Amino acid sequence: MALTEREVARLAELARIELTPEELRLFAPQLDVILDSVASVAQVATDDVPPTSHAMGLTNVFRDDVVRPGLTPQQALAMAPVSEDDRFRVPRILDEE
Amino acid sequence: MSQADLNARIITATAAELGRAIAAGTWTSVQVTTAFLAQIDAVDDRVNAFVSVDREGALAAARRVDERIAAGERLGPLAGVPIAVKDLLCYQELPTTAGSRMLENWTPPYNSTVVQRLLDAGLVILGKTNLDEFAMGSSTETSAFGASHNPWDLDRIPGGSGGGSSAALAAHEAPLAIGTDTGGSIRQPASVTGTVGVKPTYGGVSRYGIIAMASSLDQCGPCARTVEDAALLHEVIAGHDPMDATSIDQPVPAVAEASRAGDVRGMRIGVVRELGGEGYAPGVEQRFDEAVELLRAQGAEVVEVSCPHFDQSLSTYYLIMPAEMSSNLARYDAMRYGLRVGDDGQNSAEQVMRLSRGAGFGSEAKRRIIIGTYALSAGYYDAYYGSAQKMRTLITRDFDAAFAQCDVLVSPSTPTTAFKLGERIDDPLAMYKADLCTIPSNLAGNASASFPCGTAPEDGLPVGFQVMAPPMADDRLYRVGAALERALATRGTSTVIPQLPGSLAEPSQEA
Repeated sequence: MALTEREVARLAELARIELTPEELRLFAPQLDVILDSVASVAQVATDDVPPTSHAMGLTNVFRDDVVRPGLTPQQALAMAPVSEDDRFRVPRILDEE
Repeated sequence: MSQADLNARIITATAAELGRAIAAGTWTSVQVTTAFLAQIDAVDDRVNAFVSVDREGALAAARRVDERIAAGERLGPLAGVPIAVKDLLCYQELPTTAGSRMLENWTPPYNSTVVQRLLDAGLVILGKTNLDEFAMGSSTETSAFGASHNPWDLDRIPGGSGGGSSAALAAHEAPLAIGTDTGGSIRQPASVTGTVGVKPTYGGVSRYGIIAMASSLDQCGPCARTVEDAALLHEVIAGHDPMDATSIDQPVPAVAEASRAGDVRGMRIGVVRELGGEGYAPGVEQRFDEAVELLRAQGAEVVEVSCPHFDQSLSTYYLIMPAEMSSNLARYDAMRYGLRVGDDGQNSAEQVMRLSRGAGFGSEAKRRIIIGTYALSAGYYDAYYGSAQKMRTLITRDFDAAFAQCDVLVSPSTPTTAFKLGERIDDPLAMYKADLCTIPSNLAGNASASFPCGTAPEDGLPVGFQVMAPPMADDRLYRVGAALERALATRGTSTVIPQLPGSLAEPSQEA
């Protein structure tokens, strides 16, 4: 399955993580070994086995829809990297193309 | 009694004893809290169990409990008793970092349900304990704030991810601690530090306000030095919470009662064949076998059981966990909280996001995010994540078949004693093997715990005895743990944790 540096770079792009060239060199063989070691799972689990996505299998869990106090704008913005006029300030969201 | 003698008595007492002494007015919560803060001052420069210590907040909370007791109020059994909280749980009074640069200095705007229940029960929060970044690891070495050290041997790991909590207990810096366990992060640290750690049934303790790693596996639980102390803490934090959709709406199993009974007569105990043999240290197997014999002598019936799919649990876990954590860690996008770098007016939101995540996450977080992204990507989903979910079903069926024959299953908690700091940090697969025995219970969601069972003859380091029980039968863990604790004490096997130089537990001769 050999995970190359290029593939790791592509996955990093999908995951929105900037990786340095050194990280790419370090991670590619490590991730390759990890993926190799876990690949055996695919051989044992056959089609007739249903998947488990959750330990206890609870479904349709509801609670009453009641109004509760929420965070004030000050509380919500207290840990924001940057805020302005009671709002989160973010970098421009459109790429120049 | 001199101040030194008083401090020594307090920091070596059990949480149950401290609670009784505070309720009876023998000691005040302020005295007790002061003694633990002094022990933190005396040893934590070497142990590094705490990421933050809340001296003023703890003493103020202790004073409030003392006032309530003085006014004649009857409080719970742990009122006024100090506790250390893993730095993964939101607590409004202190930063919650998850051991990551991403959340350095982030103070949450609300309390997790577990922290709120601790405060409501009058426990005194001493501070937040160190952990592997976002609770990913088995050694605390991936913490952005430096590794914690095992009080038994400072060159060794205290386990992980909850190594700060286990080290704080073993160094007598706190009588109780909170941990979280996704693949063994409560039990493996307990094992390598000679302390008690319990992973309740998935859904037994609320996850609300606990920073998520792998949501279908994460579970919060109690850490302590004695079985009864863990049970008392379990009863404080467990129980239904409407704020967590996975929280179980049933009464909490009677764990404190089970820890006092400690009776295994007639219990059927299954030794899991697959969790032993090659790769297990001789001293670990020896102490484990002896513990099984002690339980047999107490009246338990011991049988061997086979769980053939357990051999696949490590692989299953290392597909499911990174998949879920890569999704959970997507929320750290540098927009509303957490680290933001590269916001120079030129870079777009997406560029800032990439730069921030590159700078904020450590190597292990990046590794797992990449693996998770791979396992979830089109073309690989069925082969990896889909297969792992099927394997999870097979592992759960193994448990069901075993629990049809046995009341509990047992194994070593981890294959070796504490390894050296640095020994496995560049070899992820070797590091992952520390969780070999603990992972099956996370995948199936049942209850599981690690109890001390002596030290390995070859290195003198503690060995953990794992007990696994069916979902919502958490009380059986305590029944077995307490029986083992008593049998070891009766036999004269020392489970006493050695004191570090300068520890206040050993007042100097002239004092």
